[in-house]
Amino acid sequence: MQSFLEIFDIYLLEAVINGILFGGVLALLALGLNLIFGVIDVTWICYAELVMIGMYGMYYLVSVFHVSYWIAAPLCILLVAGMGALLHILVIQPLLSAPPINQLLATGGVLFFLQSLATVAFGIDFRNLGIQLPVLALGEMHFSYSRLLSFAAALVGMVAVYVFMKRSYTGIAIRAIAQDRQIMALMGVDARRIYIVTSALGGALAGLAACLLVLQYDVHPFVGLSFGPITFLICVLGGLGNFVGGFVASFVFAEIISLGGLFSDLEWGYVLAFGFFILMMFVRPGGLLARRQ
Amino acid sequence: MSRTNLSGARLLPWLVGAVLIALPFANRDPYHLHLLILILIWSFAYTSWSMMGRFGLVSLGHGGFMGVGAYVTALLWNHAGLTPWLGIPISLACAGLLAVIVGYPCFRFRITGHYFVLVTLALSGIVLQVITASRDYTGGSLGFSPNRVPGNSLWALQFEDKRTWYLIALAIWAVGLLIWRTVDRSMDRYALEAISEDEDAAAAAGVNVTWEKLKITVISALMTAFAGALYCQYQMFITPDTVSGISVSLQMVFAVIVGGVYVALGPTVGAVITILLAEALRIGFGTKAVGWDNLIYGLLLVLFIIFLPKGILGSTLARFQARR
Repeated sequence: MQSFLEIFDIYLLEAVINGILFGGVLALLALGLNLIFGVIDVTWICYAELVMIGMYGMYYLVSVFHVSYWIAAPLCILLVAGMGALLHILVIQPLLSAPPINQLLATGGVLFFLQSLATVAFGIDFRNLGIQLPVLALGEMHFSYSRLLSFAAALVGMVAVYVFMKRSYTGIAIRAIAQDRQIMALMGVDARRIYIVTSALGGALAGLAACLLVLQYDVHPFVGLSFGPITFLICVLGGLGNFVGGFVASFVFAEIISLGGLFSDLEWGYVLAFGFFILMMFVRPGGLLARRQ
Repeated sequence: MSRTNLSGARLLPWLVGAVLIALPFANRDPYHLHLLILILIWSFAYTSWSMMGRFGLVSLGHGGFMGVGAYVTALLWNHAGLTPWLGIPISLACAGLLAVIVGYPCFRFRITGHYFVLVTLALSGIVLQVITASRDYTGGSLGFSPNRVPGNSLWALQFEDKRTWYLIALAIWAVGLLIWRTVDRSMDRYALEAISEDEDAAAAAGVNVTWEKLKITVISALMTAFAGALYCQYQMFITPDTVSGISVSLQMVFAVIVGGVYVALGPTVGAVITILLAEALRIGFGTKAVGWDNLIYGLLLVLFIIFLPKGILGSTLARFQARR
């Protein structure tokens, strides 16, 4: 009995730490979505599909064209950033004065489009990079280096965005526009340009997430569905547009999924997370960090 | 002149109805009937989405309701031997309960617009996860077939004859349109339109916002679940991806927007267009067509929202009325 408890505790600890590591990547995705929502007031339903395209980009660069991972990653981030800007110019810009629901549904069309484009272009086979990173054994616990690397890179990415937003002129303009759309145009900020820069930045975050996720998961056209919905839940739980809330909610969700997966299937972890989400909507409808009304 | 016009307009639905009822006896081609049945069932599902969608309550959770309707009915039949006559009401109750559980906090705490879409989006994702996760009972992503009963059976709601199914689907489609019209002519419509314009003003004018929204959501969810159960009984094979999940929800949005959200027959027009498009691609390109239909849907959805947000039927009717 005693030994059973000890083993159990180690698994529990391992699941907790893996949850934290998983949370890092989720936080990256949530940050990208929140950024776009906070500044442009648009939700990209197809955000996870941008990640999927990025993952395919990584797969082709690394496995087919034999580019080194470290060169492929920046290329891939640029690619997805470009797609983000393109998405804004082609789809969102013509709809900026339309009802917000229309913008959201249009990105839903883009979701369909990207998924089928990947099906048509790349087929429905599961693909992976074939890079096997070693596993770190810490006592009885095992952590894959890919997770550790993802976590570290996600943190670096988030700090980079933070510094950019705080220090650069463009970053300040982005934050200002998020606060007041009308006034900033009068202050001489070109809203059009800021929107495109923000979209590209959101895309770049999706690209970074793609480079990290491709180390852990196989790529297939529907891979976006496995973490897209959870990212939306995180953003709503943290409060759409609330960066800190999204950050906290990412780790809360990752822990629930990881611990739920420990006791049962991973899918039930997701179901548990959804149950928790509904509960939190009763308790804190405005988001985790919102002040109670 | 105007009197004959009026009686003509009154007669037209009855005439169309008679033609539709007579159709399977004139054309017995099973493939044509199959297409018509699918169009009618999906028209009913799309109509039930538009019940909410026309009031600005955009839900991406309808894939979830449809999945509940289909899977609960089929699971009760296979594992408990419960006839669909009881299974369908139970599955409807489950879908209604789900709608209340998700809808009530949303409406009570003023979760609207983006938030509502994302919450419902998560709902359809989660129903898909539950179906996939309980693979011991549901067969997971490999799909699920209700147990066959030889021949025609009213008890099992299984019919070999496509004509029977056509008439059932036709009747249910007509009932769907009737519900649409009842809501359209009720006070609830004005209340919901006021809510979609300005919630605070509507509440100040004495509209019970939470109750009105919840009512239309539950009606819409029940109809969608019913469509799911019907689809399952007809096709006798369901997979999580064909009756639940985000892609089914988006498919509903697409069809309704293409047809027209604000007109009764808009969803039907959308169903005709989407199903014929998918079939044409399938026949034209065979297995190479995998993915192409959704590719075109996605592209069209974006183009329609940008250039023709009222949909094909809606825009045509608007132009027709403007000319008169």
